[in-house]
Amino acid sequence: MAKAKFETPAFRPYPVVPVIKQGVMKDSRSFVSKPGMQESLGYPGELVDNWQEVAINKLGELLTKYRSLRVYLDTCVKCGSCTDKCHYFIGTNDPKNMPVGRQDLLRQVYRRYFTLAGKLFPKLVGAKDLTRDMLDDWYNYFHQCSQCRRCSVYCPYGIDTAEISMAAREILDAVGYGQKYCNEIIEKVFKIGNNLGLPGPAIRNTLEGLEEDIKDETGVDVRLPLDEEGAEILFVPPSADFFVEPHVDGLIGYGKVFHQAGISWTMSSHASEAGNFGMFIGSYENMRRVSMRIREAALDLKVKRIVFGECGHAWRVAYAFLNTLAGPFDFLDQRYPIPQHICEFTYDLIQKGALKLDKSANDHRRITYHDSCNVARATRMGNKPGGQFVIPREVIKACCNHFYEMPYDTIYDETYCCAGGGGLLTDELMEVRVKGALPRMEALKQVTDDHQVTHMATICAICKSQFTKVVPYYGFDMDQIISVHQLVGDAIILEPNDRG
Amino acid sequence: MESWTTFYAVSFYVATLILTMGVGYKIVQYAKTPAPLKIPTTPAPLTTGGVVIRMLLEVILFKSLFRSNKWIWLFAMLFHGALWVVLLRHLRYFIAPEWVIFPIWELVELIQPFGKYGSFIMLFGLLGLLARRLFVERMRYISSASDYLMLILLLVIGVSGVLMSFVTRTDIVQFKAFMLSVMCFQWQNFELPAYQMPTDSMLLVHLAAVILLMIVFPFSKLLHAPGVFFSPGRNQVDNPREKRHVAPWAIKQFETPQA
Repeated sequence: MAKAKFETPAFRPYPVVPVIKQGVMKDSRSFVSKPGMQESLGYPGELVDNWQEVAINKLGELLTKYRSLRVYLDTCVKCGSCTDKCHYFIGTNDPKNMPVGRQDLLRQVYRRYFTLAGKLFPKLVGAKDLTRDMLDDWYNYFHQCSQCRRCSVYCPYGIDTAEISMAAREILDAVGYGQKYCNEIIEKVFKIGNNLGLPGPAIRNTLEGLEEDIKDETGVDVRLPLDEEGAEILFVPPSADFFVEPHVDGLIGYGKVFHQAGISWTMSSHASEAGNFGMFIGSYENMRRVSMRIREAALDLKVKRIVFGECGHAWRVAYAFLNTLAGPFDFLDQRYPIPQHICEFTYDLIQKGALKLDKSANDHRRITYHDSCNVARATRMGNKPGGQFVIPREVIKACCNHFYEMPYDTIYDETYCCAGGGGLLTDELMEVRVKGALPRMEALKQVTDDHQVTHMATICAICKSQFTKVVPYYGFDMDQIISVHQLVGDAIILEPNDRG
Repeated sequence: MESWTTFYAVSFYVATLILTMGVGYKIVQYAKTPAPLKIPTTPAPLTTGGVVIRMLLEVILFKSLFRSNKWIWLFAMLFHGALWVVLLRHLRYFIAPEWVIFPIWELVELIQPFGKYGSFIMLFGLLGLLARRLFVERMRYISSASDYLMLILLLVIGVSGVLMSFVTRTDIVQFKAFMLSVMCFQWQNFELPAYQMPTDSMLLVHLAAVILLMIVFPFSKLLHAPGVFFSPGRNQVDNPREKRHVAPWAIKQFETPQA
């Protein structure tokens, strides 16, 4: 663990609302994108000379393209409902990390340039000029938002700060002031095929190694196929699942589930990434370009179904946007959801009795489950509202004897974000990531004290990476974070595959 | 013609025009702006009927606010609920009994005492909201001058109204005669004293504040009233896998072959 240059917040004895401390996170700043990355995404390489004009014009354009932006900028009444709901505010006390405080950075400029009241009486209605200070505030604070949508649950008008921060980031990109972390990753997806920049041969190597590991451990040949034309299912995992702990144990779990299901499946080196950082930067165009890879892979490999691995924001783009961006998927088997989540897939098999599960294999673990923000508040699983909460829990409970919930105001659609999502999973933002994790860590602490919970399971690559990195700051161990499909993989009783 | 009468009559026309044109413009603007992606806050209803129920729970019961903060919910509910009753009571001054079918007039009469005393609840709600804004640190941080002024404007309307009902009294029969003449464009009536605007100071203050509120409505956060119905986070059906949803600009930009 790197030595911290900041103080980890202390657990609060009661969940009191913090007093505000203005400007404490003003200098928390992620690295700015380099010219090459900017240009490969279609943006100016560096801050353009007439950035003010370009930014205002871009805001004007977005106002005509996104009803959400227009309505959300107009309707806020400053009721205060959201002020204590953001994990970054709770952890940092900076009022610009209150959802409305963050939105107001853009709203003040909107009012100044696009509303009559703001043009005539800027002081009266809190309208502000777009100055360099304001632009820097945009850059810093809109990259302290994980686009988790918790605030939107509590807003009487459903105002979603994620929409505002996406718009702000798109404006920043348009003036040549993009963020390195997001834009570098999108560039990697275009050039290599995934966020981690793993070329096809490296993935193939890893998968072969993992197949051997499974064989050694279980004596069964479980395949992890790549680029196999004519498979029934195209499976799209987040690329972290190929490489990083604890994600990779989840990948082994997926493999075992497909093995037991007896359905042919394949991953793709072309679409070797479920994540879509185009959403983080609010760019329809880049999000679409990234999504098209999945369509292309599905066509090339002549599959009939698409299933996504454990990845939170990715599931949002897949569930809610893929059909819009890369559809229509009339060439796939219409009897199955397009796309399907691996938890839906596994749950169906459990329902049908097609998986033999030995719960006692997980008896050494006492499990709680972290609802990943975008799965919880932007997607669904199954055919009922709220299936995104029920299905992963049912999968866990089918594999474990000891399952405990964290406090009810920290789960389901009230879940706290891991604090690493939305383009923040980069080392220079460690302070805001650690501080933002406070409410989740408090909930984990409580369930640890009350039920001696040993592991927190989750279904998001970013959650897993973020938690393994930040839980040590709060006195937990990084091994306590686990993939849901690792629990499945450990409980599954494998049959030697004699189905060919 | 008496000058107060002219001033208030003209102001009513101007304010009504600004209110209806302004809000109408914003509604058309919201309706015309596409929502290119499916972004309901989930869990969300899977059918249009479900969305109607969700919206009604939001608009009538402030469901999300209730989950969030019981104090804001309480004050907001008291204010908005009482405001509706008070507004309905005021219909009495804007319609003649013979204009409406049974039992509208009878209901307006029935609601009179509720509206009269409801005004106290409305003021209590407004004072609660103002107190939160003044004394809760984070609320103070997010408030602009206009946020306080809006509450003060509503308080002025409420207090002057209560004073007229319970303390100073005004010639309400004469005011109604004036108002109906304004509404029916019967300007010749204004020559007669019985149709002129009464000049009690409370009534002048009350109506001036109401006219001001009508004028600022389309330029202020009062747009939350029409805006809430257009919030994609609340009004979209959760069916992106079942039904493809694409905005016209996205089709034009990406799916029509570029020449």
